[in-house]
Amino acid sequence: MDTIVGIINYIVFFAITAGTYGILSLGLNIQWGYTGLFNIGIAGFYAVGAYTAALVSGPPPGAWDGRIFGGFELPFLVGLLAAAVVCGVVALLVGIPTLRLRADYLAIATIGIAETIRLVLKNESWLTNGVWGLQQIPSPFYDPIHRGVARFLGGHPDLSPWVHDLIFKSYNWFYLLLVLGILFILYLIMQRLVRSPWGRAVKAIREDEDAAAMSGKNTFSFKIQALVLGAMIMGIGGSLYAHYARFISPASFKPLYGTFLVWVMLVLGGSGNNKGAILGSFVVWGIWAGTDFLTGYFPFSATQAASLRIIIIAILLEVILLCRPQGLLQREKRPPTILKKKA
Amino acid sequence: MQILSRIPQLLIYGVISGSILSLGGIGVSLTYSILGFANFAHGDFMALGAYIALGLFTLTAGLGIPSTPLGPLSFGFGFILSFILAMGLTALTVVLIDRFLFKRLRHTSSIILMMSSIGVALGLRNVLQFFWGPQPHYYIEKIQLAIVIPGVGVRIKPDQVFIIIAAIVSVGLVHYFLQHTKMGKAMRATADNMALARVTGINTERVILWTWVIGATLAATAGILAGIENKFITPELGWQMLLSIFASVVLGGLGNPYGAILGGMIIGLSEEVSTAFISTGYKPAVAFIIMIIMLLIKPTGLLGKRR
Repeated sequence: MDTIVGIINYIVFFAITAGTYGILSLGLNIQWGYTGLFNIGIAGFYAVGAYTAALVSGPPPGAWDGRIFGGFELPFLVGLLAAAVVCGVVALLVGIPTLRLRADYLAIATIGIAETIRLVLKNESWLTNGVWGLQQIPSPFYDPIHRGVARFLGGHPDLSPWVHDLIFKSYNWFYLLLVLGILFILYLIMQRLVRSPWGRAVKAIREDEDAAAMSGKNTFSFKIQALVLGAMIMGIGGSLYAHYARFISPASFKPLYGTFLVWVMLVLGGSGNNKGAILGSFVVWGIWAGTDFLTGYFPFSATQAASLRIIIIAILLEVILLCRPQGLLQREKRPPTILKKKA
Repeated sequence: MQILSRIPQLLIYGVISGSILSLGGIGVSLTYSILGFANFAHGDFMALGAYIALGLFTLTAGLGIPSTPLGPLSFGFGFILSFILAMGLTALTVVLIDRFLFKRLRHTSSIILMMSSIGVALGLRNVLQFFWGPQPHYYIEKIQLAIVIPGVGVRIKPDQVFIIIAAIVSVGLVHYFLQHTKMGKAMRATADNMALARVTGINTERVILWTWVIGATLAATAGILAGIENKFITPELGWQMLLSIFASVVLGGLGNPYGAILGGMIIGLSEEVSTAFISTGYKPAVAFIIMIIMLLIKPTGLLGKRR
């Protein structure tokens, strides 16, 4: 029974993380999948979201903290929105100088901003507490849920230990519902959006920017909007991570690995398809977690195992690009309703 | 005044780091102009070269090839032999990566190639990390004393003079190749217009092959020189310089190898001089900000003509 409880708890943990990645993947999908913007600074936006949420909703600096700012203890949702807004502003600043140019410039600039953000997190202790990071970030509704669980368990002392164990971890179930709920809401919004005139315009830009400009679309403005929107979604992902992990530091946001994983998720799931983006995040996170078990069977050191896992994901990406560039789920081909009626 | 007195010394460091950035930048620039994509694996080609040299150096020592220091330098014949062989082996590896991967993706878009190069970058870096671990490895552990240049009071080590000379020689060879050899001219023609070059009978596949060979050779050179300058190498060596290299290339004009040299020098100097005023940790950010300012003023770069 203990193993089963262990497995169930692991699945919950797995789904929370995969769901958070699903949000990042949705954000990237609006940028890359629908608009064709090559953002490789995802880890930077994710970190900005997490830090913003932690500073807005977290406790004020403690006696040993190096920072002198932040910790307003505002509600979870306020932190979530602040994370989205701050990420949007950062994206705007990156987009303005680069989105008039070829795609390569945006790629270089986003990786630059991700690296710069990491340096700021590490060096500006007054704001971020440097390498020690931010601690004791509150999880939303943790106290009422935990109190309720404790009261329930106190009233039922005769439960078998494994049921007791399972109920004791109920908070994770709640957090899973929260993550999946936000993922679902974002999915619905994105689906509406990509089928709207706005969505058709960005898809036209993806296919042929000059043609879109010729038909009177201000492509620069649409691209900025898509970049900002995607970054805001990534910020929401970051805030969910901060409230779940409860501790964040610059080391949590290795510049390229997080970004790379999200890219592989979207490319594998099928860029330009929101269902694919979410599917990809669960599949790739499954592979990523699976390789963790797999490398455990070999006599590798911890760093060797970590390297091997990244090599496996890198090979996976190249194989997808070579053999199935459209990903698992193809782009949705939806003829406009007017055409449908005629046919 | 304390700050200003440090500047001549920082300029020397800037020239050294600028030399290394320029060599890296030429490769990025050539790949961009011929193949049309920003190669994110270039930094890791540098690290690959540095590690191949390390492996060969250990091998030459094992074979009993003498490596007594040459003159004032801290390394000798065995190391220089490893250096040259590593350039060749890096080029070979890169050509193989092209045959198995990039060549097959060439019919797709430049963005797919760029994405694929990110996969290669992480893959290569972790192969190095798998075999050698993340900890630093030293070429030569001996500490070398700097020479004080009389009059100006700046200090420079013999190894650093070697780095600058090696960079000047490499740049000179690239210049000669591009301007005076048939393949160099074919390369410039292909960069201008690949379809037109093909029509006039230029074997563009050969041009692409040479692009990788030159880019990889220079990357290995830059990686090994960075190893000599830092005294140690890590698998992250190339990645840590990649942002500065991209900034150099964009500053000089993406796709123009001469721009990469100029940009590399400017970025190298600015990064080093900036340490007199702000935290050393912000070096890559300095490069990034210079790049953004350039993009706002003149996106084609200092020497760039067209988009």
